[in-house]
Amino acid sequence: MREITFIEAVREAQAEALVSDDRVFIMGQEIGSYGGVFRATQDFVRRFGDHRVRDMPIAEQSMLGAGVGAAVMGMRPIVEVMFMDFVACGMDAIVNHAAKMRYMSGDQLRAPMVIRTQGGSGTHHGSQHSQTLESWFLHVPGLAVVVPSVPQDVKGLFKTSVELEHPVLFVEHRALYRTTGPVTDPVAPIPLGEGVVRRRGEDVTVAAVGKSVHQALAAALELEEEGVSVEVIDLRTLVPMDVEIVLESLSRTHRLVVAHEAVERGGWAGELVARVVAEGFDELDAPPLRAGSKATPIPFARELEAAMISDERLIARRIRESLDLAEYPA
Amino acid sequence: MTEGAGLISSVTSPPVSDRGDGSPERDDDLHGLNDAQLLDIFKTMYTIRRFEVTMERAHLAGDLYGPFHSSMGQEAIPAGVCAALRTDDVVTSTHRGHGHAIAKGAELGPICAELWGRATGYCGGKGGSMHIVSTEHGFIGQSPIIGGSGLLATGAALSFDLTGDPRVAVAFMGDGAVGQGVFHETLNLAAIWRLPAVFVVENNGYAHSFRADQMQLNPDIASRAEGYGMPGVVVDGIDVFSVYAAAEAAVARARAGDGPTLIEAKCYRWRGHNLGDAEHLYRERQEVEEARGDDPLQRFRQAVSRRLEPAALAGVEAAVDKEIDDAARFAAESPSADPRTALEGSY
Repeated sequence: MREITFIEAVREAQAEALVSDDRVFIMGQEIGSYGGVFRATQDFVRRFGDHRVRDMPIAEQSMLGAGVGAAVMGMRPIVEVMFMDFVACGMDAIVNHAAKMRYMSGDQLRAPMVIRTQGGSGTHHGSQHSQTLESWFLHVPGLAVVVPSVPQDVKGLFKTSVELEHPVLFVEHRALYRTTGPVTDPVAPIPLGEGVVRRRGEDVTVAAVGKSVHQALAAALELEEEGVSVEVIDLRTLVPMDVEIVLESLSRTHRLVVAHEAVERGGWAGELVARVVAEGFDELDAPPLRAGSKATPIPFARELEAAMISDERLIARRIRESLDLAEYPA
Repeated sequence: MTEGAGLISSVTSPPVSDRGDGSPERDDDLHGLNDAQLLDIFKTMYTIRRFEVTMERAHLAGDLYGPFHSSMGQEAIPAGVCAALRTDDVVTSTHRGHGHAIAKGAELGPICAELWGRATGYCGGKGGSMHIVSTEHGFIGQSPIIGGSGLLATGAALSFDLTGDPRVAVAFMGDGAVGQGVFHETLNLAAIWRLPAVFVVENNGYAHSFRADQMQLNPDIASRAEGYGMPGVVVDGIDVFSVYAAAEAAVARARAGDGPTLIEAKCYRWRGHNLGDAEHLYRERQEVEEARGDDPLQRFRQAVSRRLEPAALAGVEAAVDKEIDDAARFAAESPSADPRTALEGSY
């Protein structure tokens, strides 16, 4: 199988959408002749023309809002928000418009669009260029939320996202951009709401998305040396959320840790834990635990970031706590 | 700078008394509109007026619930703009949008039913007064998020640009929208991409209780167009012919691929921001009475007095009165919104 990087998968996924569907076009800042600040649209202007690959002023509200208007008229916009932090500048278009058009119009209007963005820590961009904000969007009915972790899923989930009759928030962690993985040719569309078991284990289940999946796998390796068998589930999408795959896993492991880089307070792990407790209480031998980041802005300095961010050390610690191998935090 | 940059013009029909001989044969007298077109425009204006009056009464009687934003006094603007549009052109609107929906051709029965929250409403009761949509009439949505209508129209215009579609998108906005940052982003984007869009700001003097002259020192919103390199036109929004003339020129410009236009139609909001608004806190009754003395329907009657028989206008009025009564009855007698649909259509 072909090995490609995560960012190559993003690029291929978008190019394939442009080739296969005339309704698809891309809007974003620096996506044209510059090729995207992370090279997600490299060479696209030459291949598809600046009509369909549209450089934008730095104006997120109008970029996302015009995307909604175009989608309503039958187009399939892909809108790149350069840093996830900047979605805050365009929230009205996403929350008040895109998410609600279909419902409040009695299904006369639809806003099928893919809002691509990237975020996350590890590159020392500071507090306003490093956030992980996908949890915000679980709270707004009408949006799908997709967080891929490997190149194959980028392509498979993107295909489904472009064809979905609802707006999709497609979230990439930039620390994954240079990671590689095998891809089939072609990649089959992956349905939203279907998680996958990345590693089989017997003692504890860890559910995660995106970069946290890789950190959970690293933690699982570490714990394997201590004789602990960790199952790792990649949910792949947060809306819809595959609670079933977690419940099935818990019927074997009976212990759950939910890991995400997003701030733990108010993060999506709380939603998953609540549903697991409601539907699978009898399966639980220990309180479900969350491994999220501490509630501070993301600091610049390495030492400060390491003190607050969710990473493989924190995930390993929570796994141990779940097994009563370490003290449960106050 | 694009061609037309800095063009701030004012379109005003001459007063009726200065119209020379007023010969009904002269095509240019009423902007070249024939009798049938004049009657259509009158029908639109009168329908909006009767609709607002009737729905307000229904609301006060307790038949309707939820917020209600009357567009009384502003009828000439949607009537004049939509008369310059084709059926398949698209329009976006605001919280004060009944008149825009009516002028674009949406049917009274389903509009009423939507206000009543009934299953037969355009949106099955999911939208209400501030979210009427009729895609078949090119009425593609209201956004009561101030400034949102401009975004949706710009996006629609972008889709026309992408597909080589000769249609035009028109956004109605209020003067309050000009204070939003997104107003700037929207006009700039439409301008740099030369999108087939027309932005119509209904400057009715108030954003809720906030007077337009408190929001901006420059009294002419249209002059902002210069900053975006597009034409800005100030029109007398009480005079449907001025509105029509400005809209016709702007729509032609947009359809020709020459880009957007900003039209500011100066008018006056006869009613409070919404039904039940505490108007006494911010304006005198006398101010309202004086403004109401300049009625867009009366202006129309005067302007066409030498062209149309009073009986012809009376015939339109009688027909509209019945249509609105029928629409209100249709709404009132329609089944309630079905709770089983409450969970459909989202994700």
